[in-house]
Amino acid sequence: MKHAILAVIVLIGVAWLGSLVGLDPVFGMVFPYVALAIFLGGFTYRILNWAKSPVPFRIPTTSGQGKSLDWVKQDKLDCPATFWQTVGRMLLEVFAFRSLFKNTKAEIHDGPKLVYGSSKWLWLFGLAFHYTFLIIVLRHLRLFLNPVPGIIGQIEFFDGLFQVGVPVLYQTDIIFVGAVTYLFLRRVLIPQVKYISFAADYFPLFLIFGIAVTGILMRYIFRVDVVSIKQLTMGLATFSPSIPANIGSIFYIHLFLVCVLLAYFPFSKLMHLGGVFLSPTRNLANNNRMVRHVNPWNDPSIKPHSYADYEDEFRQFMADADIPLEKELPPEPEPEPEPAAEETEKPAADAAAETPAEKE
Amino acid sequence: MADTKVEQMSVNVVKEPSMMTGAIPRKDWMDTPVTFKPGNYCYPAKKSIVEYLSKGLPGLFGEPREWKVEDDDWQLPENWVEIILQGMRERLDKFRSFKVFMDICVRCGACSDKCHFFLGTGDPKNMPVLRAELLRSVYRGNFTKAGKILGSIANGREMTFEVLKEWFMYFYQCTECRRCSVFCPYGIDTAEITAMARELLHLVGVGTNWILEPAANSNRTGNHLGLQPHTFKQNAEFLLDDIEEVTGVKLNSLSFNRKGAEVLFVIPSADVFAEPGIFTFMGYLLLFDHVGLDYTISTYSSEGGNFGSFTNNELMKKLNGKMYAEAERLGVKWILGGECGHMWRVVHQYMETMNGPPDNLEVPRSPITGTVFENAAAAKMVHISEFTADLIKHNKLKIDKSRNDHRVVTFHDSCNPARGMGMLEEPRYILQNVCNNLYEMPENTIREKTFCCGSGTGLNTGEIMDLRMRGGLPRANAVKHVEDKHGVNMLSCICAIDRATLLALMEYWNPNVGVCGISELVGNALIMDGEKERDQDLRFEELLGAGETGDAENNEEGA
Repeated sequence: MKHAILAVIVLIGVAWLGSLVGLDPVFGMVFPYVALAIFLGGFTYRILNWAKSPVPFRIPTTSGQGKSLDWVKQDKLDCPATFWQTVGRMLLEVFAFRSLFKNTKAEIHDGPKLVYGSSKWLWLFGLAFHYTFLIIVLRHLRLFLNPVPGIIGQIEFFDGLFQVGVPVLYQTDIIFVGAVTYLFLRRVLIPQVKYISFAADYFPLFLIFGIAVTGILMRYIFRVDVVSIKQLTMGLATFSPSIPANIGSIFYIHLFLVCVLLAYFPFSKLMHLGGVFLSPTRNLANNNRMVRHVNPWNDPSIKPHSYADYEDEFRQFMADADIPLEKELPPEPEPEPEPAAEETEKPAADAAAETPAEKE
Repeated sequence: MADTKVEQMSVNVVKEPSMMTGAIPRKDWMDTPVTFKPGNYCYPAKKSIVEYLSKGLPGLFGEPREWKVEDDDWQLPENWVEIILQGMRERLDKFRSFKVFMDICVRCGACSDKCHFFLGTGDPKNMPVLRAELLRSVYRGNFTKAGKILGSIANGREMTFEVLKEWFMYFYQCTECRRCSVFCPYGIDTAEITAMARELLHLVGVGTNWILEPAANSNRTGNHLGLQPHTFKQNAEFLLDDIEEVTGVKLNSLSFNRKGAEVLFVIPSADVFAEPGIFTFMGYLLLFDHVGLDYTISTYSSEGGNFGSFTNNELMKKLNGKMYAEAERLGVKWILGGECGHMWRVVHQYMETMNGPPDNLEVPRSPITGTVFENAAAAKMVHISEFTADLIKHNKLKIDKSRNDHRVVTFHDSCNPARGMGMLEEPRYILQNVCNNLYEMPENTIREKTFCCGSGTGLNTGEIMDLRMRGGLPRANAVKHVEDKHGVNMLSCICAIDRATLLALMEYWNPNVGVCGISELVGNALIMDGEKERDQDLRFEELLGAGETGDAENNEEGA
């Protein structure tokens, strides 16, 4: 955690110093393009790299009744059998975090007695975090589009519905910071989660927190010159970048942290954004017995121990037990039939009594 | 039986310092080495077994040798690190699941308390997220740029002997039950990760005897018990006598390796061998006779269970291949499968892909009801519960439910049918129709959230009994709940490993609860043509109301 917080502080310092010594063009023009290029290139690379590996087996985690007999009610969203049902499952997973919604918390009490309580906070704050993040990103499109589409105005209107303060306070800003704070606090306060957390888990939280705080400071406290900023962002959007005067350091810090987030994204766990779509336990229909699924590297040379070899080894016994044979016994029974294949050697002591299941 | 007495264990799981009881280790998990001691590991595979398996599948099971888990030298090949890393590279290229699951975990911790082994041991490395990190840390250290450059700062690790020991410990404390994967927001499936880790361990010759010997037996004799054809047949036929004694009916429909039968019936072989599976088997035979099914059982393909699936996908395929091969040789129309958990995971999610398409078979159609099993149109194999439920729905069975009145039943969803098939309703429908006293365990412990018996994937070996009783605690605890509340005395299931392991688990935690397959209860309830007055169930236990009426209390012992 220390490393992570230190890293974000250093990043903030770098941007601040940079803007002080007049590196505005680097932070305002070069880094954004570089970061965006890394983000797009890296994201694409990661997705293609995952997609390159085949899905040899169809392994959905079935979380409800599968399709079977006509009169058995199938749970179409938790155990989809068709493409569109699977789409439904994925939409719920991606947009409503359905699996996380099922979360429980286990406790052990004297007895022993295990109890499982409902535990929806992570789901709630996770959902709040992602949706407010999305709305904030959409609001920022105002800076890159001219004229500003009406939908963005509507988003802003509803986001500031309570008309508190000047400029109007966006609810998403509050919820977003609250959600990030929750996600951080649960990592340090819940011992199990703290124990499994890495620097790579704290760093994005601090980084995003830094972005949110600098953004809020700009809007509500320092009151940066929005017209100049839009001039810069429109310049970026139209590939004719320029650096207007009168933009405070705080903006460059904000922008730089965003650039770092973009560049960091493809190489981090944040790629769960793309990965969730490729998760074979979720994005496949449970129709394994219904429709053939092909494994591109299936090895046809792997064959079962053949019946012929089996019968060769046990023919006498089978004959004695009146089990039908493919080849009849030779006229003069030989005590030891010739092993026909390399596998006829006995693996272990014969007696069933020595096999492990007996130990039960 | 377990080394620790149940009274002591009951205190231990609540009081001992563990992550379940609120104690947090001071040391980072990466700095906490594993210590093997008797009771916390499975015995290694015998040299002869590894030699045998390596003949059929060279290179996948490492160097055959005698080695001891507690030794500091496992006699690994000199280049074992290279073998593991190369094996990882190959599998990352072959399995998208593996690659994606290595990359996208955000360590949110939703899975942490979903694992039965974590709930029973409180060991942090039994949290699915950390179990996966055991492998993921090596992946990061060797296959990601950040890990290669930054090393431990990016939480990457080198592949060391200590790490290998950790893998052997904790990938054999996972039963691939997939419960964590139900709750994971990205569907990360620890079963996939454990499967990969076990494949890698086998590559360097680290495997357990309890898995590899049954696998070798299955390959050679057809079944994991190593029963040779005549013994297998005798065992099964012996049960016909029991059936006759209980019902007064002599069944003539059982046959072996018979060409031209309509259906090949494949069972987990324990069903002809050990209690309480044999009662399930008697149930199957009564059912088939009752409806006049033209079926045969094969001694060559006499094991539905697939011990290969606990080792690597190659051996899984090799063992499974017998089913289609035998179906083709015998000229049957389709295959019917008995009550078995991981057998059905393999049949449902892998078989057709690995060994299909079974061009000589037909889309399964019940000759009794005419129902076409469209859900098995490609794989051509039907689950006994689907088959039975369809018969009941079409009123083809004459049933006397009261013959199970001495049982107060609950149903354990076996992991694989629940989370690898989506079979939740068919067994319940059958139970509702063959017994009067049926009670569900609490909702967080059944259906897709069901708890493992604690001993799946080849962990049902005697040397780790304590561990198994801990891993099975969540299941046993839910049974206890309905035992206390409703007087449940019978835990029914559709899995042969369950029938073996739940028996031990119940003896330990809930000694008044027996274990049965649901086909046993079907067999009890079936009114057979020409039967005598039934006063005993398939276990020769008195029915309620038979003989000295009402003496049910003594019937709880089970087998």
